[in-house]
Amino acid sequence: MTPQQIIDEIKKSGLRGRGGAGFPTGLKWQAGHDAVSKDGIKYVVCNADEGDPGAYMDRSTIEGDPHSILEAMTICGRAIGANKGFIYIRAEYPLAVHRLEVAMEQSHKAGLLGKNILGSGFDFDIEIRLGAGAFVCGEETALLRSIEGKRGMPTPKPPFPAQAGLWAEPTVINNVETWANIPVILTKGADWYNKIGDDDSKGTKVFALTGKIANSGLVEVPMGTTLREIIFEIGGGCKNGKKFKGVQTGGPSGGILCDKELDTPIDYGALMRMGSMMGSGGMIVMDEDDCVVDVAKFYMDFCVDESCGKCSPCRIGTRQMATILDKITRGNGTMEDLQKLQDIGGAMKACSLCALGQSAPNPTLSTIRKFPEEYLAHIKDKKCPSGKCKHLLSFSIDADKCIGCGMCQKNCPADAIANNPANEIKEGKKLAWKVIDQNKCIKCGTCKTVCKFGAVSKK
Amino acid sequence: MANKVTLTINGKSVTVPAGTTILNAAKELGIKIPTLCYTPDLPAWASCGMCVIKNVDPRTGRARMARACCTAATNGMVIVTQDAELMKARRTVLELILSNHPNDCLKCSRSGQCELQALAQEFGLRSVRFQEILKNQEPDASYPEVVLYRNKCINCGRCVEACQQMQNVWALEYNGRGDKTVIGPVGGVDLAHSPCVHCGQCAVHCPTGAIMSLNPINSVFDKLADPTLTSVVAIAPSVRAAIGEEFGFKPGTLTTGKIYAALRALGFKYVFDTNFAADLTIMEEASELVERLTTSGSTMPMFTSCCPGWVDYAEKHYKDLLPNLSTAKSPQAMQGAMTKTYFADKIGKKAKEIYNVSVMPCAAKLYESQRDKSMKSSGVDDYDMVLTTRELAQLIKEAGIDFANLKEEAADSPIGAYTGAGTIFGATGGVMEAAVRTAYYLVNKKELGPIDFKDVRGLDGVKEAEVTVKKGLVLKLCVIHQLGNVEGIMQKIRDAYKNKTEQPYTFVEVMACRGGCVWWWWTAIRCYG
Repeated sequence: MTPQQIIDEIKKSGLRGRGGAGFPTGLKWQAGHDAVSKDGIKYVVCNADEGDPGAYMDRSTIEGDPHSILEAMTICGRAIGANKGFIYIRAEYPLAVHRLEVAMEQSHKAGLLGKNILGSGFDFDIEIRLGAGAFVCGEETALLRSIEGKRGMPTPKPPFPAQAGLWAEPTVINNVETWANIPVILTKGADWYNKIGDDDSKGTKVFALTGKIANSGLVEVPMGTTLREIIFEIGGGCKNGKKFKGVQTGGPSGGILCDKELDTPIDYGALMRMGSMMGSGGMIVMDEDDCVVDVAKFYMDFCVDESCGKCSPCRIGTRQMATILDKITRGNGTMEDLQKLQDIGGAMKACSLCALGQSAPNPTLSTIRKFPEEYLAHIKDKKCPSGKCKHLLSFSIDADKCIGCGMCQKNCPADAIANNPANEIKEGKKLAWKVIDQNKCIKCGTCKTVCKFGAVSKK
Repeated sequence: MANKVTLTINGKSVTVPAGTTILNAAKELGIKIPTLCYTPDLPAWASCGMCVIKNVDPRTGRARMARACCTAATNGMVIVTQDAELMKARRTVLELILSNHPNDCLKCSRSGQCELQALAQEFGLRSVRFQEILKNQEPDASYPEVVLYRNKCINCGRCVEACQQMQNVWALEYNGRGDKTVIGPVGGVDLAHSPCVHCGQCAVHCPTGAIMSLNPINSVFDKLADPTLTSVVAIAPSVRAAIGEEFGFKPGTLTTGKIYAALRALGFKYVFDTNFAADLTIMEEASELVERLTTSGSTMPMFTSCCPGWVDYAEKHYKDLLPNLSTAKSPQAMQGAMTKTYFADKIGKKAKEIYNVSVMPCAAKLYESQRDKSMKSSGVDDYDMVLTTRELAQLIKEAGIDFANLKEEAADSPIGAYTGAGTIFGATGGVMEAAVRTAYYLVNKKELGPIDFKDVRGLDGVKEAEVTVKKGLVLKLCVIHQLGNVEGIMQKIRDAYKNKTEQPYTFVEVMACRGGCVWWWWTAIRCYG
């Protein structure tokens, strides 16, 4: 196959980038192929900086089949005219790194990497670069800067990496899962490949199904499978028969999808329309015990720490949104705060430089849109309906059920439980019933756990 | 290939050269797009998010947000720079930036000249809806001339770009992540222990008051009132062209006579001009050049030594080439030494009875005046105070002197007279030209015609020329400004040493800042945008 034939085949397959944004891979390669490098140098890069909480598809792919990545990168090198590749992988994945190293050694021995591959006259070699754990280095321009030895901070696009990437040379950068699709497409043909999936997206997608799900783990399904099939048929529904509340797709960049959206086929377009995104494939299931405000706060806190600190909407916006969300979970939120969240979120989407900042408000904005009643309960009624936000909880002891055994008092870490002030003893009981000092209570719930008589209730 | 592109901005068509940014294309139509992190002399870093605009796909009508500062105009582009959604987003971003910036404008040294303040005014912001969350970082005051007030920093990144890309100094970098990101030397050390060379380009580029000098300038008034002290002041060449801007004159207006008058009005007894010492520096440097040229085995090429930023850079990075630096002190240092020795003797005073002040275009001169004991030629400090142009303007304003209407006066003699050679000292190539002309005169006893400098290919900010002093004696000259351009030339020189080949140059002038001293400010701070 000529380089152009390879690219045409990838285009025909309909493969789109599995890193999250879903850019057509064939077009990216074409841009890399067409880009003119002054000194003839081009690069191929594998983005293995998997950072979404709860996502481990890429790690498994590399640990399971490192050769697929090496083969795919070599093919791309041949297609675009590059002789050098980099795999940027998190240092937190030592096994994956080790297996890559072993696979590279084997490939060199077999003549599949290095000089004059299989006697074709084509040279291609790969180098591994370890990431130091910054989430933003999964963003392609930040990743390339990191390989260059600079601080991982995104740069404006255009120029896109395919035009001017690593050391300003044309660079094709794809995610692990995208690479893993390449050898299959070229072995079995684009026509075979593009029969899998739906009109919008072709092929299969791997999801990391985690959270309150009965069967957690990695699932690979054809594009267009519905959320209901994934969560209920494959995942077995929520743990312990709890009621399904929502699912977070796309990690901290995605949005929450609720039960009404369960029958939507999963593809790039559908997820975008629902205010979420494919992301790299993290799928965290939540049940009735999860509070959406708390979930939004969790992801925002993550982004506060992981923002690279470059652009002001993201750097300050994440902090302000996290502060407001925290305020709401403490029962101090106002309706104005709700408006502020939406205004800051809107500004971050519009004005942030990279996808991290543009998508960081998604979990918050999507929960406000889909679960407005839960926000209102926190703000107006000062209650957390799912009982997760402990500042809005109160524990109390039912005097009629309490036998005064003192188990709760003994286990209370805050010394908040004592006999009732008058030391009264209910008729038929031997000991005075206990009460909780609400000012001392830290809402840990230990009393409720240790009480054998169901006397402690949570409101 | 088309060299021009035509696009539509807010419904109006405009044709601009290919590669023009949307920001500059809009300027052609008189449309201002707000910016904060952008400055015309650095590549767009695109951090602030203020210049966001809509790039509308003419076919679908779908708008994509883009940054005007770094998006190149293309043919047929349809741009919207202003609508309700954009205004709301920009206003929110500005509020976010202000929620992370202290509200102490009244006491800030940049008040009235701050780009953030100007933007807040333009937006008519009267309140910030968001909670004030400050960085809570102590200032880094390890150098008096460049102090990092981190709480005021808006992380726009201009200083980092200037320090790394423009100057190749790498004293500043981002540290930490997320909202804990602060700008400073790597590893949390202070500036005094960093590769900083005092050039002050970070402060020059800072849009707010986050990088300023911390110089106790008000003590000048006390010293001038002290009857036991005889006050002397000298102004540098570039001050005369810069200070006028602070008082409403057009940038570049020469106000030499008014400065002399203002200094006397402030209470200085003797008003001198550093140009005199600039002449001395040139004489010494030219003589040294002639001596090195005519003495076999001399270290060549010779480097100029008048820019303290460059000298510090050389000391930090080119220890092996230090013998190449001219042994001449800078004009400021010569003037100071002369004032406290020769002039003190002449007026019958002891050195410590003289209060000597220098007014300079840059912060590094304060560093130079205190660098080591060679700056104490009389045993005490040659200078008791080094002011920047801005600081002098501040004193003039505080004293209520009507600078614009002052009658012009002359400087005092004998250290007041000067030739024309020293005046061009402040511009890049000036020192070189003055020294070469003098050297030529020393050898030939006649004036040299114009020197034909040519740009060195591929290096913006490096020029070369050849001057035949006499038969068989050709000077190969090189003029470098902006420290970022130094590395390539020094490498050539080192390579020539290593390979024992002929040196590419005989005389190299280096100035730390782009364009030399005059082009820059420390003088007046100009708001961009």
